[in-house]
Amino acid sequence: MANKLPRKDVVIIGLGWTGSILANELTDEGLDVIAIERGPWRDAPTEFPPNYAQDELRYRIRHELFLRPDQMTFTFRNKMDQTALPIRTWGAFMPPNGVGGGGVHWNAETWRFLPSDFVLRSHLTERYGASFLPQDMTIQDWGVTFDELEPHYDAFEYLCGTCGTAGNLKGQIQEGGNPFEGPRSRPYPNPAQKQGFGHMLWAKAAKELGYKPFPQPSGNMSQAYRNPLGVRLGPCTYCGFCEWFGCGNYSKASPQTTILPVLIRKSNFEARDNSEVTKINLDRSGNHATSVTFVDADGAEWEQPADLVLLCAYSMFNVQLLFQSKIGQPYDPNANTGVIGRNFTHQTMSSVDGFFDKAKFNFNPFIASGAIGMCIDEFNGDNFDHGPLGFVGGGYLGQVQTNGRPIETTPVPNGTPRWGAKWKSAVRDYYLSSLKGGSIHASMYSYRDVYLDLDPTYKDRFGRPLMRMTIDFHENELKAATYLTDKYAEIVKAMGASQVDKSPRKGPYDMTKYQTTHLNGGAIMGTDPKTSAINRYLQSWDVPNLFVIGANAFPQNAGYNPTGTVGALAFWSAKAIREQYLKNPGPLVHA
Amino acid sequence: MLHRRDLLSGTALFLLSGISARASILKGALPWVPNGGSPPEPIKPGPWHFFTGDEARAMEAIADRIIPADAETPGGSDAGCAVYLDRQLAGPYGRQEGLYIRPPFMKGTKQQGPQFEGGYSKLYRDGLAALDKACKAKYSGRSFAELPDDNKDEVLRGLEGSDFKLEGADGKQFFEQLLKDIQQGFFADPIYGGNRDMCAWKMIGFPGARYNYLDWIDRHNERFPLPPVSLAGRIDWTPKAH
Repeated sequence: MANKLPRKDVVIIGLGWTGSILANELTDEGLDVIAIERGPWRDAPTEFPPNYAQDELRYRIRHELFLRPDQMTFTFRNKMDQTALPIRTWGAFMPPNGVGGGGVHWNAETWRFLPSDFVLRSHLTERYGASFLPQDMTIQDWGVTFDELEPHYDAFEYLCGTCGTAGNLKGQIQEGGNPFEGPRSRPYPNPAQKQGFGHMLWAKAAKELGYKPFPQPSGNMSQAYRNPLGVRLGPCTYCGFCEWFGCGNYSKASPQTTILPVLIRKSNFEARDNSEVTKINLDRSGNHATSVTFVDADGAEWEQPADLVLLCAYSMFNVQLLFQSKIGQPYDPNANTGVIGRNFTHQTMSSVDGFFDKAKFNFNPFIASGAIGMCIDEFNGDNFDHGPLGFVGGGYLGQVQTNGRPIETTPVPNGTPRWGAKWKSAVRDYYLSSLKGGSIHASMYSYRDVYLDLDPTYKDRFGRPLMRMTIDFHENELKAATYLTDKYAEIVKAMGASQVDKSPRKGPYDMTKYQTTHLNGGAIMGTDPKTSAINRYLQSWDVPNLFVIGANAFPQNAGYNPTGTVGALAFWSAKAIREQYLKNPGPLVHA
Repeated sequence: MLHRRDLLSGTALFLLSGISARASILKGALPWVPNGGSPPEPIKPGPWHFFTGDEARAMEAIADRIIPADAETPGGSDAGCAVYLDRQLAGPYGRQEGLYIRPPFMKGTKQQGPQFEGGYSKLYRDGLAALDKACKAKYSGRSFAELPDDNKDEVLRGLEGSDFKLEGADGKQFFEQLLKDIQQGFFADPIYGGNRDMCAWKMIGFPGARYNYLDWIDRHNERFPLPPVSLAGRIDWTPKAH
């Protein structure tokens, strides 16, 4: 029997980026808010102080700051006729755990999606005709536009202190920025970070080929910054231990470095860590949430009643908790009905390694930050004519090398043996004079047979079914990967590389090969409850006092890192709750 | 400040566990305690923790073929790769801590990732026993460590290419794990037992656990001049023991 706690106005499930933003906005409104977080409290002095944060084995290889699969994992298969097996150790992606969520150990690449990304199906249909899209591609418009989200992108960037060069200020194209971006209302809060030799050499070659390179928008600080909440971040030291690691310098935007010091002092806020929400409880009508049940690290079960429930965990865990709580109709790919689990996507990452003459090139790859680098956007979204190419989608190309950590980053040219004397001398010869994994960060659009549901066999530690991922690459994405990788390789060749090794993404989708942790969709936003789980304000169609806030809302994935858009959606949803929902609790959109 | 002796006392343990494992209520202030973290424990030299004598001999021989010694840099065994792996297998890695190990174990596609039962310690125990057995059968009673280098390389290439079969163990899978673990030990911080005296970092020019390159981000195409530092500092910083 659960111990019942006193009622709160709002219960937030998960205290990462979206949970922290919503908690701060709603406590400002005077509401009594509790956040319940599955993992532990995390901060620089307790988890990653600068005297041992730079430990590649502990953090990168052994996954110290991540969720452990014995606490929660998923099963996976490529095709609907296969038997899914459990992910026993992380590979293709790495789910977060603990206060701050993925915000603790992300790179801090802070992008905005393109205006056309938000109206994808209408845009592509208008430009190329409906028959241009593959039959089983299930892309949709978001139900929210770039212009509506712009003030909220801005709020997230100023919260984070994002460093970058504007490319489009109120419609005026700016030199040195991304000319393809949607119009922004004001410049980035901080100038772009500095760049290393490899990043600048790549940008020079890209420019000579006629492209318009610009610095990647970064949440690693180019200078000291005080955000609108009064929280301060220090300048990034380019230590080369950023993504997968926590920042010991308070230089990377995270809930800890931007919101939590203010939020925690509010008398109408509290958080519980090491406490996993196992269910959202509904009343007898099935369309009103009454409480959440959670289990603490000692196994004690608690019930937290609240008027408003905000599901703010990592995208896939949001979907999983909807399944476990039986909220919304599960998606059935055969009948093409239902919404929970539908339009699940990941990313299509490809890469190019460049090897250079060591007498002439010294890149010092260990001097870098998580979101350093120079990029071009000529081949992202619909910034180029897909008509003759026979595919849709794309991605940014960037020389965004973040590290020279030697377990991960000791590349050798193709054709080198994997061990022995030749391997060893190639490692020595190329460590300082190679560029690894140039990023081709491409979209993955949604398909009828890529989805989430509950596994029939494997169980979690509470005896509940694991969530099952059915996911494979489709021809459209693989064609795009080949095209973009060839474009990228031309730039590396122009830099003067003596060997250029291309690795376009190939199928089948492989759980053992890391891509990104940008798994999206599964409980998507939209305008029609038949094809979306949540409305344009991220409010559940079925349970109006439940909002589901995260990348689960993306109807398909664009060719960018998702966190900027996740942050913007969090502020957008918070505004709707503050200005509309609280005045008149109930559905904000009538279907 | 907490001293080492205090760490062993009940109070300090309570503080540490209060942060890391028990559920707690966070309210009013950030839950900060001085020196509340868990610094890494450098391995201690000494006898093998996981490997038997025979296993250790085979591991050192393997490490020396994966990473052979050359004029400037020691080979895998002198670099400490077998010691590294011994301590890893005796610790959380060998025990599969944190991994999902619920049955059923079924053979899947390559894309579905590792599905074997028993974890890495069993993989090594079975693999090393099967390796010596197979070597003795093929090379007139000699174990892997007793073979000339050419034969050792032949065996490893055979495992890599699935041509050299082991009895009761998946030779290819064993080889892939060996390769990954030995190279990781070579490049990890020396506190874990490999990369002795930062030999791998010196070989490639990686400055190690330094944390500030603000003065260097603008110095393009220049060789970084400072030697590497480990999480445990440098040998020449440590006063000689009396």
